[in-house]
Amino acid sequence: MPSDTSTALQCSGLVKRYGDVLAVDGLNLEVQRGECFGLLGPNGAGKTTTIEILEGLLAADAGDVQVLGMRWNTDAARLRQRLGIQLQETQLNDKLSVEEIVRLFRSFYTQGPTVKAVIASVGLESKRKAWYSKLSGGQKQRLALACALVGNPDLLFLDEPSTGLDPQSRRQVWDLLRGFKEQGKTILLTTHYMDEAQALCDRVAIVDRGKVIAQGTPLELIASLGAEHVVSFALREGVEVPGDETLRALPGVRRASLHDAGGTLIVSHLHEALPALLRAVAVPDAFTLLTTHSATLEDVFVSLTGRQLREE
Amino acid sequence: MPSMHPLWQLTAARFREFLREPEAVFWVFAFPVLLTCALGLAFRSQGRPDVIAGIMAGPAAVTLEQTLTKEPGVRVRVLDRAGADEALRHGAIHVLVIPGSPVTYELDPSRPESRVGRYVVDERIQAAAGRQSAVPVSERLVSVPGSRYIDWVVPGLLGMNIMGTGMWSVGFSVVQARTRKLLKRLMATPMQRSHFLLAQMLARLIFLILEVGALLGFARLVFGIPINGSWLTLTGFCLLGAVTFSGLGLLVASRAKTVEGVSGLVNLVMVPMWIFSGVFFASENFPDPMQPFISLLPLTALNEALRGVMIDGVGIRALASQAAILSSWLVVSFVAALKLFRWR
Repeated sequence: MPSDTSTALQCSGLVKRYGDVLAVDGLNLEVQRGECFGLLGPNGAGKTTTIEILEGLLAADAGDVQVLGMRWNTDAARLRQRLGIQLQETQLNDKLSVEEIVRLFRSFYTQGPTVKAVIASVGLESKRKAWYSKLSGGQKQRLALACALVGNPDLLFLDEPSTGLDPQSRRQVWDLLRGFKEQGKTILLTTHYMDEAQALCDRVAIVDRGKVIAQGTPLELIASLGAEHVVSFALREGVEVPGDETLRALPGVRRASLHDAGGTLIVSHLHEALPALLRAVAVPDAFTLLTTHSATLEDVFVSLTGRQLREE
Repeated sequence: MPSMHPLWQLTAARFREFLREPEAVFWVFAFPVLLTCALGLAFRSQGRPDVIAGIMAGPAAVTLEQTLTKEPGVRVRVLDRAGADEALRHGAIHVLVIPGSPVTYELDPSRPESRVGRYVVDERIQAAAGRQSAVPVSERLVSVPGSRYIDWVVPGLLGMNIMGTGMWSVGFSVVQARTRKLLKRLMATPMQRSHFLLAQMLARLIFLILEVGALLGFARLVFGIPINGSWLTLTGFCLLGAVTFSGLGLLVASRAKTVEGVSGLVNLVMVPMWIFSGVFFASENFPDPMQPFISLLPLTALNEALRGVMIDGVGIRALASQAAILSSWLVVSFVAALKLFRWR
């Protein structure tokens, strides 16, 4: 019985091909009930394709998907009633009001909270009568969340829930999602923001080129770097950058990577590594950039792939 | 609390969206009424258009002008040579009268109104000079409702409007929902696909009542358009036409990915029918070999049926073939649309 298992979602060997492009390449996932699970990766990593296969909107070329213990080809109608879905880039009906849109979506579900309660849960009471076209980006996103919540879902799929929002609206969406997590709902979200994954997710799978390349809690993943700090630096023209070997041999440095006129050091003991780096360069006014920050999921991604999460 | 049935909610959503779109409301309701009005005015005195005669300026012009304007139906302009030539070229006068002995008429014989004008003017001049009719005559002018151009054109406009609204309202809203990813979002809910498509039809039928009401009500009130046949048959054909063209709208929208794309397709379907299906002029004007094809077009069938009911007052039995043609288009377009339809 689906309700006995502690697994909310499971997929193995997922493959999806678009012509010659392999969008999803043998991807495996397991999400537990009550956890917030994040698929973190750059644009084009296959996150959206993956989540749409899990949502039953796309057919996979190979692989097995089980959602709430059910399968899409046999239990689609029952599954739909129990999932809440928010897609990337949906535009709802411009000339319908918040209340009319929520009522429309509510009518598709056999059970769930009242229209009024759903609107209140995303904080749009004052916009009840406003047309969709008159809402701000953050309000539209909260309405999209309301539409995902009208059926009181057991599992919530969110594709890039805060992309394109200003910082304040992002915080509001995050607070809402934390609230749903506290109600014990299972959430699967995709994001290319490492701070979003770090702020919301109990566990994260880092996805690159259609594959999961690392998986764990955000803290575990960061700890896998073996260091807590990251030092980035750049030197002015004409100053020689110390070699790979030299940098790696500095006290407190775990890893070093060089680029153009500077480099990135992953460091366990900042108070030892920083003076050592300054001594190693030893040219007056050599640094055009010298910053340090605590290691993040972004650094995990960079150290795994050698690329940035957000490549402009 | 309004009904929470999804079919009702989808229909209400579609209907509200339509009413909140001022352009759509204009094209569906105001435009056909304005067009009827314009055509009604342009052809209001079609049975007896005025003759416009030019008189060459000169000493005899004043007497001649008095003679010709004595009775209604002739309008006179006194012109010099250059002005008269230009007016004749442009059709601003139908015939030019040069007083003298003999009186000379200048006209372009290829213009029917010029040939008529020559005889009307000549009749006046001869009568004024004392000519008597050799045989006594009388005439009866026929201008009863049902035989005027406006009576003939209103059913055509009604058919054209049923076609336009059906194709635009369904085609446009479906493609817009697709480009906005709203279709995909709806697919991610437990909504039944048939409810979505059915709601498009239902909303369309609500517009139908309003648009047919507006156009027929106006045409009856202002122009006294007759409806000689049964209202029930008329209603039946309006419904059948509306559903058929919604089906065609669904078909053209089944794959289109952009609003521009579907606009092109809608025009591709509609423009030939505006021309061939007898909206503004009878389709019998086209050569005989084309007639079998023209009669199979859905708008031809709808217009023939509407004219049959409204003007000739015939019943459903006489219009069975039109009903069959429309029904076939309905079935074919729906089956094809459902087969081709892309929800993403």
